[in-house]
Amino acid sequence: MSQAGRKIRVLIAKPGLDGHDRGAKIVARALRDAGFEVIYTGLRQTPEMIVEAAVQEDVDAIGLSLLSGAHMTIFPRVRRLMDEAGLDDVILFGGGIISERDAQVLKEQYGVAGVFGPGTLLQTIIEFLREELRKRGKLPPEPSEDVAAGAEAPASP
Amino acid sequence: MAHLPLDEGRRAYLSTLIEGLLAGQRRALARALTFVENGGPEAQWLLKRLYPRAGRAHIVGVTGAPGVGKSTLVNALASEYRERGRTVAVVAVDPSSPFTGGALLGDRVRMRDVAGDPGVFIRSMASRGSLGGLARTTGDAITVLDAAGFEVIFVETVGAGQVEVDIAQEAHTTLVVEVPGLGDEVQTIKAGLLEIADIFVVNKADHPNAERVELALKMMLDMGGPYEGWKPPIVRTVATRREGIAQLVEAIEAHRHHLQAGDGWQQRVRRRAHEEFTRILRRQLVEHLFSTLPPGRFEQALDHILARKTDPYTAAQELIAESYGLRSG
Repeated sequence: MSQAGRKIRVLIAKPGLDGHDRGAKIVARALRDAGFEVIYTGLRQTPEMIVEAAVQEDVDAIGLSLLSGAHMTIFPRVRRLMDEAGLDDVILFGGGIISERDAQVLKEQYGVAGVFGPGTLLQTIIEFLREELRKRGKLPPEPSEDVAAGAEAPASP
Repeated sequence: MAHLPLDEGRRAYLSTLIEGLLAGQRRALARALTFVENGGPEAQWLLKRLYPRAGRAHIVGVTGAPGVGKSTLVNALASEYRERGRTVAVVAVDPSSPFTGGALLGDRVRMRDVAGDPGVFIRSMASRGSLGGLARTTGDAITVLDAAGFEVIFVETVGAGQVEVDIAQEAHTTLVVEVPGLGDEVQTIKAGLLEIADIFVVNKADHPNAERVELALKMMLDMGGPYEGWKPPIVRTVATRREGIAQLVEAIEAHRHHLQAGDGWQQRVRRRAHEEFTRILRRQLVEHLFSTLPPGRFEQALDHILARKTDPYTAAQELIAESYGLRSG
């Protein structure tokens, strides 16, 4: 589905009750700098609020930051609400303190496309998103720099 | 226009979006907004069908410098209108980066009170290179939300300085939000933002200097005029605590009644349509002109201008004359 002037829109949300939103803000900022339009919802979002915002903003991806240990509750619930809302072509990904084993379950059973732990390079997350968008035909197939939002690709060195 | 025609499948899909959004389906509405925001043949196809259904909503613009509390104010106003039984849509515009084209749209952070309410629909928009405080397609997004039946549509501009006054063309009622501590009275006397206000809001009015801001605005208003039956009132609010919000809604409603009692409403609607129509004509004429020029003709003219063999005015007249088969003047 190609459209004139299409931009990739990503929702970044911080569910749960802890107040540590630094990671979410850094990822939001990095995605902005990579040419995405980032809708940042802030702290203490319920799964219902997150999915409703994703519907209204018609986003291509939802990224959740979870440091509270509630990821095995929150991700499945967000996934169920996404299914109910018909958001089947929306990429779900997340980051935080999530064990390798839990990450595996989230990916296999709940369709979480990517799980990123502490120390992940921002570029890794950006590349992951571009790759997932390409798989869904929302970005042109050839991997090239900064095509996310039609920004000019810098001359390669 | 050099748009490819839409195939049947595409048209059928867009039809379902229209049916859906008219029936109150939020996903269909959101999808339609995306198409309209991105422009192109889908946008034209949708707007052609939605434009006749729009024209009922009260469009309220909210503008002011960054950090004055526009989003918090819109959140409080939307809550107040909901308590009065009205449905509310919000279009919140934030700036795109001129370097990457990316944007961080953060207005929802302050709008959580109404975020889950089925009578409220919030859409964030990036300005995408537009400089007047709105995106180029904000007006089209308003048309879609209006057609979808929302009764009040708040349009929150990019944090505006002194010249971002596009909102006055789009809105029936424009709120200009001021806060204590942004500068002396000279800022108030400068042209621009202040001249578009139908209502002044002094937000963060629990701050000790709020009274001085109000006084400065009063003085400016007393020197100004003549006011045709409506002198902009000044309303003090503390949006975080919802203080003064009921009074502000009263002022907005009073302004609507004022416009509707006379021909003010019609005048504004006409002015908006005039502006929109000429803007679209201008853009389509330029696109049409380019589509009729032989390849390389524009660059050739540009080279002549650079070599100072001709000037840009003459070159423009020549291109237009050639393109439309007219005799050059």
